[in-house]
Amino acid sequence: MSKTVLTIDDSRTMREMLNHALVEAGYRVIQAVDGVDGLEVLQANAGQVDVVITDINMPRLDGFGVIEGVRANPEHRATPILVLTTESDAAKKERARSAGATGWIVKPFNPVKLVDAVRRVAA
Amino acid sequence: MDPFESIKQTFFQECDELLTDAEQGLLAMESGEADDETINAVFRAVHSVKGGAGAFGLEDLIRFAHVFETVMDEIRSGKMELTDEVAKTLLRAFDVLADHVAAARDGGKVEEGRSQGAYGELRGLIGGEEEDDDAMGGGDEDFGFVPLTLSIEGEDAPGGFIDLDAQNAEAGVELPAPDQAPQDELASWTVEFSPKSEMYAKANEAGLVLRELARLGETRVTLIDETLPPLDQLSAEQAYVSWRIQLFTDSDEASIREVFEFVEDDCNLIITRDGAEPSVAAPTDDGLSDDDRAAADSANADLDIAALLARVGGGDAPAEAAPEIVAEAPPEAPAEDVAALIARAQSVAPPPAAKAPTPAPTPPPVAAAAPAAAAAPAAAAANAAPAAAASVTIRVDLDRVDRLINAVGELVIQQAMLSQRVLESGLARSSNVALGLEDLELLTREIQDSVMAIRAQPVKSVFQRMPRLAREVADMTGKRVKLVMEGEGTEVDKTVIERLADPITHMLRNAIDHGLEDPEGRAEAGKPAEGVVRLRALHRGGRIVIELQDDGRGINRPRVRGIAVARGLITEDQVLSDEEIDNLIFLPGFSTAEVISDISGRGVGMDVVRRSIQGLGGRISISSEPGKGSKFTMSLPLTLAVLDGMVVTAAEQTLVAPLSAIVESLTPRTEDVHYIGGKDAVIRIRDTFVPLIDVGVALGFRETAIDPASGVAVLVESEGGGKAALLVEAIQGQRQVVIKSLEANYQQIDGVAAATILGDGRVALILDVDALVTTQRRKPAARPSEKRMAS
Repeated sequence: MSKTVLTIDDSRTMREMLNHALVEAGYRVIQAVDGVDGLEVLQANAGQVDVVITDINMPRLDGFGVIEGVRANPEHRATPILVLTTESDAAKKERARSAGATGWIVKPFNPVKLVDAVRRVAA
Repeated sequence: MDPFESIKQTFFQECDELLTDAEQGLLAMESGEADDETINAVFRAVHSVKGGAGAFGLEDLIRFAHVFETVMDEIRSGKMELTDEVAKTLLRAFDVLADHVAAARDGGKVEEGRSQGAYGELRGLIGGEEEDDDAMGGGDEDFGFVPLTLSIEGEDAPGGFIDLDAQNAEAGVELPAPDQAPQDELASWTVEFSPKSEMYAKANEAGLVLRELARLGETRVTLIDETLPPLDQLSAEQAYVSWRIQLFTDSDEASIREVFEFVEDDCNLIITRDGAEPSVAAPTDDGLSDDDRAAADSANADLDIAALLARVGGGDAPAEAAPEIVAEAPPEAPAEDVAALIARAQSVAPPPAAKAPTPAPTPPPVAAAAPAAAAAPAAAAANAAPAAAASVTIRVDLDRVDRLINAVGELVIQQAMLSQRVLESGLARSSNVALGLEDLELLTREIQDSVMAIRAQPVKSVFQRMPRLAREVADMTGKRVKLVMEGEGTEVDKTVIERLADPITHMLRNAIDHGLEDPEGRAEAGKPAEGVVRLRALHRGGRIVIELQDDGRGINRPRVRGIAVARGLITEDQVLSDEEIDNLIFLPGFSTAEVISDISGRGVGMDVVRRSIQGLGGRISISSEPGKGSKFTMSLPLTLAVLDGMVVTAAEQTLVAPLSAIVESLTPRTEDVHYIGGKDAVIRIRDTFVPLIDVGVALGFRETAIDPASGVAVLVESEGGGKAALLVEAIQGQRQVVIKSLEANYQQIDGVAAATILGDGRVALILDVDALVTTQRRKPAARPSEKRMAS
């Protein structure tokens, strides 16, 4: 059974890139357009999502909010979360980490690194 | 299409949207109406532009977007004050940013000086050179990878899988290269890995880390469980076990450390290089591939866990379990090592005990264990979710829509003809055929409306280009201007929108260049230094109206009149109303600019604007108040395809008057009709006299007018507000007609806007009401414009 990745990003370009690389690597991908949407989609697919990849800067609910939302929900708290950070911004990465992010992907990512990161956290 | 190109196209499309949003936000910032969320949105937009540019290696764009983003970040975080100056600088820089995007898309380059200038201004806001290349340096090497990695597409991976090892090797990630690195170059490392509970709280799993480590080379894993408390003292949230791993690899320490990248802050990690070659059982050429070794090693690691589980649970770990719970290279083979292990352990050990000591205190992914019954509906939901998240639009070639519209147009005509035939056949209106036809008519109408709606688009796409134009013209003329736009969401047919751009552009230039005074002039006039230009779109009477209003000096009527006389457009003694003088500027050959400026004076006058508007079946007029400003009003049909019309008979011709222009119709009484100068008829309608125009005469079908009392007067109102009564013999009825361009099929005729085909198959001309009204009013001899009666 191929694993399912939920990608949360407000940028259509980024979603398409993630989708492309992940599908190519054999994953099933579900997309969400912002944090609120992401948590809703996760809930709608409870038990189906193996990894969450989320952007940080998003309207309505940012990536930190997504992490907190996932970790606060007993149903999803064990779901690995990878955050996309544009700059190797230590502060943001640290904040995401302390909120409960499992790992991170530095943008601009290349698909190999992306898939590497997903594999590292996907049980 | 090449997926790389396809994503790139998406990027540029998205850029257009992002830039539009950013510009609106920046304008709000300039006018001081921006709240935190607006500023944030601008930041996000620029950030996304930069992110995408990074992925595509668009260096110039990245560099510019980066400094822009930095400024936005400073404003967002309150480090930089949003002054008027900052906002203006950002707006100027925004134009350059948009140019960079366009250049990246079209493969051009932004003029160096312009780009540098704006870049320098932004840099100046941040102050200092501190971060410059540093902030980008980290990313630079990544950019280089991207084109390569996207080439995994297609030819390289026909099966839909990536050969990860090959990819890693290409991408420069160090992995053991089988058959290349001689065995004796393998170094031995000892890794001590002690996870803390925080690690598990972040959904990291020790098993996955070990699996990752095994990718680097052969591993010998020893489980250290000394700190494991008795079962009754075990807390699910705590971390008790650690591992010592001996690793044989040709990778360096950095590569080993990278495996622990996500967890190194949540574990104790000691990596040491053993002094000597592995003394015991150094892997000689045993014929195993690396994958086999990795698998075997993972199995070893798992065996230890299994043993542990067995011991804690008091049961016996099934020895033969090991080979079955091998962790394969993911993701093709779901590595359910831990989950599988638990499942297996549960079968041999008491359930509560089995669960407690698993490395991850949190439940394993349900996906692996979910019962099939539950999975089915969930999967259905999963399929539905992405569709909901993605936008529900499709892109259709415009040609297809146009073909559909044409076909519907023919359908409307055909349906009208059919109705007429049925009527002529003498069937009762209550007959089934007639009733069915009525339904058909409603349905046809509905189809037509729906098809038209497909082509309708908000005028935003044209309006959004205007702020930039306003800034550019203002810069060139040294004027200060604020452009206020309203009604951007007003929808109109796509062809109309496309052809609106030029006239609006021209009028806006004109308004700023000629309409607005320079700051000194405004100061003298007691006006604020910044001029205001309003651009507004609205629906009115089945048409779209675009207004462009400035608060400048207004039309200088004596001068306009003087020029018109000098150019021979009017005679010296001609009496003209203010309105008529203002509208002289639309006459061909009229240009008031004494100095042909760079901006408005491109050899195109307002007459060209008027012609292009008229070409769309529209009207343009101006009203002006000296010293207070001018207002241009354009009115256009919402669609160029159909028209609601009133079918009339004049001089035995069937003609169509656009319903939108008609106010009322009435039968003239002889005593209400008067003649001015013995020939020009006016009719009294309530307390107002309006010209009575015999349509047959106006269009040249006959020489003399009919007796008004024998016909019908249709009161119409032109766009300019002028009224007239059109005298026709009879009104046949109201009908929707499909517009067929006369210009395209024949040539333009004064007083005729277009033609149509009626239900009986005959061609009928559609009246150009405005032309009829204005022609009448322009007649120099008598100007029977509206006069109030004292009665």
